[in-house]
Amino acid sequence: MAPFISTTLLAIIIKIYLIFKIIDSMIHFFQSLGNITLSSFAKLGRSSVFLIQTLTGILSVIPRPALLFKQLYSIGVLSFLIITISGLFVGMVLGLQGFNILSDFGAEEALGVMVAASLVRELGPVVSALLFAGRAGSALTAEIGLMKATEQLSGMEMMAIDPIKRIIAPRFLAGVIAMPLLAALFSSIGVLGGHMVGVSMLGVDDGAYWSQMQANLDFQDDIINGIIKSIVFGFVVSWIALFEGYDAMPTSEGVSRATTRTVVNSAFAILGLDFILTALMFGDI
Amino acid sequence: MQNTKTQDILVGLFVAFGIAALFFMAMQISNLNPLSKENVYTITARFENSGGLKIKSPVSLAGVRIGRVANISIDTSSFESIVEMHIESQYQLPDDTSASIFTAGLLGEQYVSLEPGGSEEFLEPNGVIDITQSAIVLEEVIGQFLFKETAKD
Repeated sequence: MAPFISTTLLAIIIKIYLIFKIIDSMIHFFQSLGNITLSSFAKLGRSSVFLIQTLTGILSVIPRPALLFKQLYSIGVLSFLIITISGLFVGMVLGLQGFNILSDFGAEEALGVMVAASLVRELGPVVSALLFAGRAGSALTAEIGLMKATEQLSGMEMMAIDPIKRIIAPRFLAGVIAMPLLAALFSSIGVLGGHMVGVSMLGVDDGAYWSQMQANLDFQDDIINGIIKSIVFGFVVSWIALFEGYDAMPTSEGVSRATTRTVVNSAFAILGLDFILTALMFGDI
Repeated sequence: MQNTKTQDILVGLFVAFGIAALFFMAMQISNLNPLSKENVYTITARFENSGGLKIKSPVSLAGVRIGRVANISIDTSSFESIVEMHIESQYQLPDDTSASIFTAGLLGEQYVSLEPGGSEEFLEPNGVIDITQSAIVLEEVIGQFLFKETAKD
């Protein structure tokens, strides 16, 4: 009789222990879920406040355009080469692939439309924004993050200089201005690259290349929408890059993580927004 | 000081190149013609079937594009397709102009072709073209052809 009772007792104890264990791990799960939710909402809130401060800070950039020119140089001019070279090669590849596919249907003349439409509507804004996030966005985050880590931002505040107005706002404005110009350069160079491959090397008619393009692309629907896309991407990438730098942990590890997050989050934001913008502009959703 | 100067020059060049690229896109890629937007008048034509005609399909006269399709709707009482066209106002059309829907090439896009008549009167803005010929639907033509071929046997 006694061993029977002791085994049932043991089983009950084990069961109770397991139940407590399960409850404990569930509590732990909910705790971490709540923690993630709260911290991501807190970050969203901080980034929104940051954006509003930056947007109001832009007003104080206008009387000091020298600050803006300096940032246009480091954001725009230094991205010029990578954007134009990538645009040239993307256009050339489009020309080559498009020619191979279109020649199966005997429609090589439509090469110009294909190259120009895909560049102006999608590839120009998106690829140049991705390159911009990698080239300029990561540099912005690292710069701001290092300024924070070396307490230059706090130093400015000590001197009664608002770092948002002095450091962040010119960079943000430069990003928003530079992005559409870079996307336009990317698309234009790409169209010329497609022309180089299609017309000069593969023998598509020069007149057909341009006239089909001009007949089928609309200024309002295609060009303006592409520019709007690139402005939105410039806005979002600059915002993410500057906020990640401003919000980085002031350590070398924190800065490196923030730089990675800038590139990853920018890529997500660009591609996700691109779908939404395309659906709004070109789709009938 | 020199450093700032070169920097300013490079920024200026960058902005100039960017704006040049925007102009290139507007002019060379989309063939923007800012004057053509305002100087148009609307004419309407009724078709039994407007086929694959779309908004912004070209409207041509003697092979030259003189306008675009602005709107396509249905007359709910006669079940005809009402095609509104924007014609550039430099082109005056006789009021007995006829309209047909043709296809550019075998599989190309469809367009409205206008055939001017001999009338002395010009079509007013918001005028209606009475003589129309519907789009040729390829399936119907093939169907008729097959029907004739089988009837022969």
